[in-house]
Amino acid sequence: MDLKLDHHTQDDTEIVVVEGEIDVYTAPRLRELLIDLVNKGNFHLVVNMEKVEFLDSTGLGVLVGGLKRVRAHDGTLDLVCTQERILKIFRITGLTKVFGIYDSVQEAIDKRQSK
Amino acid sequence: MALVQLTISALPAHVRTARLMATAVARRAGIAESALDEIRLAVGEACSRAVEAHRVHCPGRPIQLDLIDRADTTREADASSGKPAERASHNGKAAQRFEVVVFDCAPAKEPATAFEDPAAELDIADGAPSDGVSGLSPDVGLAVILGLADEVSIEPHEDGTVVRMSWPLGKSDPDADSELVG
Repeated sequence: MDLKLDHHTQDDTEIVVVEGEIDVYTAPRLRELLIDLVNKGNFHLVVNMEKVEFLDSTGLGVLVGGLKRVRAHDGTLDLVCTQERILKIFRITGLTKVFGIYDSVQEAIDKRQSK
Repeated sequence: MALVQLTISALPAHVRTARLMATAVARRAGIAESALDEIRLAVGEACSRAVEAHRVHCPGRPIQLDLIDRADTTREADASSGKPAERASHNGKAAQRFEVVVFDCAPAKEPATAFEDPAAELDIADGAPSDGVSGLSPDVGLAVILGLADEVSIEPHEDGTVVRMSWPLGKSDPDADSELVG
């Protein structure tokens, strides 16, 4: 399946909804979207990955790049993911220590707003 | 031994094709369902790394994948000799395995010998500079392969790199079951 991207604003947070496969072919589109959102002043992002079917290290790199960009503006980039097959690659690479990974978009927003 | 060979151009779009092919052949070989996701991801990582390397060094040359069901070797040997199943070895690997070999033609540099803290990549993968699409080092992909495959060897040469990955065959192969029965 190809990659589908959508985004909307919720509680001062930009929610990026990703569906499909994030790999070396499709990851540039996600990277462009994240860069565009940051350039437009969105510094608090939540990437909803509940409908992601495949994620490789290329996709991880794009997420890391997005995280670095929002952090440069004191922003945040959190993830929503409950799929074990996707979480596994975050564990293997040690990136569970880097990203906030939550069970729902609302939980991610609430956690950030409580900080 | 049953062999499926796939040759792809060094284009990102074909990495998905390689993943799908590897998963299909692995399923046919009798790999446990739980390991199919690992194979899909590991093959994707190996092919992504190869595609990125080819795009830098030799974009016109293809990348080759060998998908090998080593269970058949044992079965054939057993049938001819009449001896009990023997765990023959190939390149130091036991038989009864599903092996994926990815050959690329890009001149290799030695991969990092240790990859202890992948998160440390964050400090060096800053924005534009990149060895690929992601901004992460290709060694991250190799680290993922090491974390996923049951056995891995990465052989860098002047004229390319050979990544061998293998997994034990499970017991979900209906053909294997039928052979045991009758």
